[in-house]
Amino acid sequence: MNIIVCVKHVPETAEAELKIDASGKGIEKTGLVYDINEWDDYALEEAVRIKEKVGGTVTAITVGPSDADSTLRKCLARGADSAIRLTDPKFEGSDAYAIAKILHSVIKNMQYDLILTGLQAGDDGYAAVSQILAEMLGIPHATMVKKLELDNGSAKVNRELEGGLEEVLEIKLPALFAVSTGINEPRYVSIMGIRKAMQKEIKVLGLADTGLTEADVGEQGSWLKIEKLYVPPVEKQAELIKGSPEEVAEKIAEILKARGLI
Amino acid sequence: MVEIFVLTEHRQGQIRDITFEMLTKAHEIAGNTNAETTALILGKDVKDKAAALTEYAQKVILIEDQKLENFNSEFYQKVLTQLIKEHKPILTMIGHTSYGIELTPRLAAALNTPLATDCIDVNLENKTLHVTRQMYGGKVNVNAVLTQAESYMVTIRQAAFTAQKPQPPVNGQIIEKPSPLTEEPATKRFVQYVLPPPGGIDITAAEKLVSIGRGIKDQANMPIIEELANAIGAAIGCSRPIVDKGWLPNDRQVGSSGKTVKPKLYIAIGISGAFQHVLGMKNSDLIIAINKDPNAPIFNFSDYGIVDDLFKIVPVLKDKISELKS
Ligand SMILES: Cc1cc2nc3c(=O)[nH]c(=O)nc-3n(C[C@H](O)[C@H](O)[C@H](O)COP(=O)(O)OP(=O)(O)OC[C@H]3O[C@@H](n4cnc5c(N)ncnc54)[C@H](O)[C@@H]3O)c2cc1C
Ligand SMILES: Nc1ncnc2c1ncn2[C@@H]1O[C@H](COP(=O)(O)O)[C@@H](O)[C@H]1O
Repeated sequence: MNIIVCVKHVPETAEAELKIDASGKGIEKTGLVYDINEWDDYALEEAVRIKEKVGGTVTAITVGPSDADSTLRKCLARGADSAIRLTDPKFEGSDAYAIAKILHSVIKNMQYDLILTGLQAGDDGYAAVSQILAEMLGIPHATMVKKLELDNGSAKVNRELEGGLEEVLEIKLPALFAVSTGINEPRYVSIMGIRKAMQKEIKVLGLADTGLTEADVGEQGSWLKIEKLYVPPVEKQAELIKGSPEEVAEKIAEILKARGLI
Repeated sequence: MVEIFVLTEHRQGQIRDITFEMLTKAHEIAGNTNAETTALILGKDVKDKAAALTEYAQKVILIEDQKLENFNSEFYQKVLTQLIKEHKPILTMIGHTSYGIELTPRLAAALNTPLATDCIDVNLENKTLHVTRQMYGGKVNVNAVLTQAESYMVTIRQAAFTAQKPQPPVNGQIIEKPSPLTEEPATKRFVQYVLPPPGGIDITAAEKLVSIGRGIKDQANMPIIEELANAIGAAIGCSRPIVDKGWLPNDRQVGSSGKTVKPKLYIAIGISGAFQHVLGMKNSDLIIAINKDPNAPIFNFSDYGIVDDLFKIVPVLKDKISELKS
C-alpha cells in the first residue's frame, strides 16, 4: 500500500496573542510557534499504522516555505519514508483551490493507493483542499473520517455526522480520505526516529517543476482573495471578574449563591 | 430571472435547521439584487417536505429517486451539476455541515465555480461576491472577495443566520423534475448509520455543567475539575480534544459533533471557544469562562469571564463554594 499524506505547517494560535499585520491581510508571524496541522498529525499516524500492518510506503508532502521542513522531519521521524516540499514565492496567497492545483501537479505523477489528508487546516480552515484534489485526480473521497478499514481494493469508512451520529460508507480504492481528530492516537517521536529523520533527504520542488504557470497559483490562481482581517465583533461581552484568585473565587461563589445555583 | 440556489439538507426524514437559515439569507440577498430564491430538495419520498420550503422560496425544485434515499455526495454532485448548468444560478448556498463539506468543494471544482467555505456572511454587489469567514479557530475575521464569475458557490456556517419566514409570505411553487441518475454509485456506497452507544451520563439533562478543554493539559489534572464539579453538584462536560485524547468518553463532548446543552450554569474552563464548541452551549442560562488568554473567543459568549490560570482559580473556587454551602 503506497500512501501519500498531505501535511501543512501551521502556527499554533490557540494560546497566542494574534496581531493583524501592517498590510491588514495577514497576522504577524514573529513569535508564533509552528507545528504540523493538528488534523494532519492524525492523517500521518493513520498512514503509518496502515503501512505497519500491510507494508508499503508513506510519502509526506507539503506546500510551504523552508520552515515547513521541520514538519516534514517530524513526519519522517514518525515513520514516513520520504518527504516532498513544494515551494515558490509565487505560491504565496494561494487559497484552497490553488493549493489543490499545486498538490495535484505533483501527485498526479506519483504511484499511490491511498491519499490521506486532514479534514481542515487550523489556520485557514477551508476544509476544501482535499475534496478539490480528489476531483482533480478523479478518485473518490470521504471527509470527516473517524474510522478507516481497508479490505481488498476498497475501504469502509465511518464519517462523522452532527450530534455524534456516524455513517458508514464503502469506497473503492485508490481514494482520498480527509480524517477527523480522534481517529487514532498519534505516537510520540523516539530520539532514534528523530536522528534517522535528520539524515533523510527532503525533495524540494518549485513552480517550474509543477508544470503550472504563475496564473494558476498564488492570489491570481485562487478563487478567494483576502481583503481585510479584523478582530471579530463581540456577541455578548463577558463581564470580567478581576482580582486575586481568592477575590475572584469569592465573587463567583456569591454569584452562584445569589442565583440559587449552590 | 436570476436565481439563488439553496440546497436543502435533510437526514432521516428531518429537514435540518441550516436549510432555513440559508433560505432566510438567500431571500435577503435576492431582495437586494432582484433575484429569486430556489430551494432544491433531493431525496426519496420528500414531497411533503417540499411544502415547508415553499414558505421561504419562490421556487422549490424537487427531485425524487430511490437512489437519493440517503445522502451520497457522488449522486448529489451529478444532480447538482446538471441543475446548475441548466439554471446558471448566480449563487448556490450549501451548509458547511458534514454533508456540505463532503459535497461542495468537489462540486465547485468540477464546475469551475469560485467557492468560499464556512462563510458567516455573504453579500452580492454588482455581481461580485463578498464573504466574511473566520481564521485561526475564530480569533480573526476575514473579509474576502471571490474572483469574478457568472456563478458562485458558498458553504454557510451553522447558526450564522437566524431563520425567519419572509413577510409577506412567498408561497413558492413546487417544480418536480425527473432524476437524471441512471446508474448505481460507481465509487461510493452508503452502508448504514451508526448511533453512538448510550452512555453513562446524559449531560443534556444536567442542570449544571463544568466543562473542561485542552487548557487542562494533562489527564493527571482532571481531579481538580472533578472536585469543583462535586462542590457545585455539576456534571462534567468537555471540548472535543479531551474526547479525542480519550480522557473522557464521547458522550461528554459539547458542540456540533457532540451534544447541545442548555444548563442553568455552564462553566467553561480552559476552552478557547471555537464555534463548533460554542454551537453546543451558547444558549445556557449562565455562562462563566476561565481562560488565561484575554482574547479567547469564549469570552464573547460568556456572562462572566476570569482571565487567569485555571490551576490558580479552580482549587480556590472549589474551597469558596464549599465554604458558602456549609
Ligand atoms: C467538523 C468539526 C467538528 C467539531 N466538533 C466539535 C465539538 O463538537 N466540540 C468541540 O468542543 N470542538 C469541536 N471541534 C473542534 C473545535 O474546532 C476546536 O478545535 C476545539 O473546540 C478546541 O478545544 P479547546 O478549546 O479545548 O482547545 P484549544 O482551542 O486548544 O484551547 C485551549 C484553551 O485553553 C486555554 N488555556 C491553556 N492553559 C490554560 C490555563 N493554565 N489556564 C486557563 N486557560 C488555559 C488557552 O488559552 C486556550 O484558549 C470540531 C471541529 C471540527 C472541524
Ligand atoms: N499547504 C498545504 N500543503 C499540504 N497539504 C495541505 C496544505 N494546505 C492544506 N493541505 C491539506 O488539506 C487539508 C485541508 O486543508 P484546508 O482545506 O486548507 O482546510 C489539510 O489538513 C492538509 O492535509
